[in-house]
Amino acid sequence: MKLRTDKALKKHIYRGDTLIGPPPPELITILDSYRGQPDALITVLEEIQHHYGYLPQQQLEYTARELGFPLSRIYGVVTFYNLFQFSPPGRYQVRVCKGTACHVGHSDAILKHLKEKLGIEEDATTSDGLFTLQTVACVGACSLAPVQVVNERTYARMTPEKAWEALEHLRAEAGQEVKE
Amino acid sequence: MTSIIRIGMSTSDIAAGAGITYLAIKSYIRNRQLPVTLKRTGSLGASHREPVVDVEIDGVSTLYGPVSPERVAPLLDQHFGAGSRGVSPEWVISRRADRSDYPFLGRQVKVTTKLCGLIDPHSLDDFLAHDGYQAFKKALKMSPEAIVQAIKDSKLRGRGGAGFPTGIKWGIIRKSPVRPKYLICNADEGDPGAFMDRATIEGDPHRMLEGLLIAAYATGASKGYIYVRAEYPLAVNTLRYAIEQAREYGVLGQNILGSGMDFDIVIKEGAGAFVCGEETALMHSIEGKRGMPSMRPPYPAEHGLWGYPSNINNVETLASISSIILNGPDWFANLGTEKSGGTKAFALAGAIKNSGLVEVPIGTPLRELIYDIGGGCTDGRDLKAVQLGGPSGGCIPASLMDTPIDYDELKATGAIMGSGGMIVLDETVSMVDMAHYFLTFTQDESCGKCLPCRVGTRKMLNILKRFLDGQGQMDDLDRLQRLCSTVAKSSLCGLGQTAPNPVLTTLRYFEDEYLAAISEHAINGKSNGKVKAQPSQEAQA
Repeated sequence: MKLRTDKALKKHIYRGDTLIGPPPPELITILDSYRGQPDALITVLEEIQHHYGYLPQQQLEYTARELGFPLSRIYGVVTFYNLFQFSPPGRYQVRVCKGTACHVGHSDAILKHLKEKLGIEEDATTSDGLFTLQTVACVGACSLAPVQVVNERTYARMTPEKAWEALEHLRAEAGQEVKE
Repeated sequence: MTSIIRIGMSTSDIAAGAGITYLAIKSYIRNRQLPVTLKRTGSLGASHREPVVDVEIDGVSTLYGPVSPERVAPLLDQHFGAGSRGVSPEWVISRRADRSDYPFLGRQVKVTTKLCGLIDPHSLDDFLAHDGYQAFKKALKMSPEAIVQAIKDSKLRGRGGAGFPTGIKWGIIRKSPVRPKYLICNADEGDPGAFMDRATIEGDPHRMLEGLLIAAYATGASKGYIYVRAEYPLAVNTLRYAIEQAREYGVLGQNILGSGMDFDIVIKEGAGAFVCGEETALMHSIEGKRGMPSMRPPYPAEHGLWGYPSNINNVETLASISSIILNGPDWFANLGTEKSGGTKAFALAGAIKNSGLVEVPIGTPLRELIYDIGGGCTDGRDLKAVQLGGPSGGCIPASLMDTPIDYDELKATGAIMGSGGMIVLDETVSMVDMAHYFLTFTQDESCGKCLPCRVGTRKMLNILKRFLDGQGQMDDLDRLQRLCSTVAKSSLCGLGQTAPNPVLTTLRYFEDEYLAAISEHAINGKSNGKVKAQPSQEAQA
């Protein structure tokens, strides 16, 4: 996801803007505790992502205005670190571990299988908003390798089939909740 | 009768299901109203047997694992008087206090992970009962110069991987007249397959804080930063809690214990960038910028965080400090080899029977760690190589297993001590694939600031990809060697300088695997239409 282009941004800043008025109260709470601390940018962004699940464009624009950072610097920091994302995550964040022990245990086959079954690439979200497929450098559960982590739960000793079964199970669970 | 039940609740325990086992034990105790203290501890290190439960009655401890929730009732029945039905001897890990019946624990020498798995990391009293903060109190009575000298005498070398003598580093910043000075604890454990620092923080957070405090007193620093991975939420929370406790206890803040020393600690969460393990990049990240490295010199000891003198130490280095002050530098130096004192923790994983966290004296032969402690390869397979130091390290073939674990000895093999990731590879693993794997990682994590690392690793990766597909060219090996030496010599920071290591060591010890992957067409002297290699351009790059 890209932020708006430079041209659009100029228009947005100089000819009346969507940022009229103060930021939403939850954002003010986050920003207020870090005013005047130029080193806190990463922490601020982490908290914003923690609150919204991702980094919404408008909140970043507010952050730039309120804390006095150029938007370009915020964009630079956000794109540098793996943790930050510009788009909302799916309900289940599926992370396949790519650590060394998992790699030796063929985690690449798991990732490939899930990509095919879900029909999405890495770092993408399924159209129903259920699954976001990601990889993680290492979760440090090496004796359970290969592992996949879905939200907070770790699935140990995975095979491509078992990994997909686990996701199908979650999908069924989510489907039931909708019916109820 | 005093009874304590300890259950490991570290990240790896929880991944193995310790959460539900804990609840099962809790309800067992509540239902029967047993006079038992239930303790949530850090990890004992025995990852291959997690969840691990330690039942201690009148000082006699029995270690069990893996304890699934359905095993809880029969197991506790046996101890608390309702017969011994259904308990399999296989569940028992160890019955002896010194763990001599369980070589994985019995043969380790624990210094930095001594209390992991024994104490409740959220309980300051537990830590204080095991000489907690005694070393710091002792240090306050010594002169800062004497402490720096003691650390020098202990032969402690930085545990982050490079192995610079800690005492010398402290001495340099000690002498600087510039104020303020900063201390940074590097807990950005980014190597895939390494989790020593996480286990140390989750199991015994105050030990590292104590080391940081002693470092602050010795160097004259007034503020400390702990840079920890955001991917370690449990470690971050444990640390936050411990810092609060330390503040209440009076070892953090103004005029600490009436000594006139001021020191406080801030936690900085990293946001997922491997290069931030490099000290200059880490400092930029603390400053809230993109974590890109910068030229050294000037070194952080002169020109560090915000331009002030700064000292960066790894978690394990700091966790070693208190034992040096308490037991004396000679004791620590004698644990290790002539040039390097103390112990080193390793995260043992891969094709090994007893995986987990192990700590051994420096100088221990690799063989002892792999076979006596680790139990050898899984499924009776043969050992092929051991990969040390993750993406910056290299592999050591099975024929060199008598190499002592020591900075200089390991360096001679082409590998490095590294931060402590140790992956055991069995005969089924392709070494070309391993080199490709590690280089994919470094290539991905290269920050892009300097050209040798940004372009060089990409070019190397292209060549490795060809080998992986069995399409290597005759001159690819030469080209790879040349690229390796260029990238190693001319990259800006440690990430690039060490990136070729996995390739170089596999080339050195397993060249036949590369040769086998050279395409038949290349050998027969015909051009292979499938390969889109452009040797001339690559040689220039």
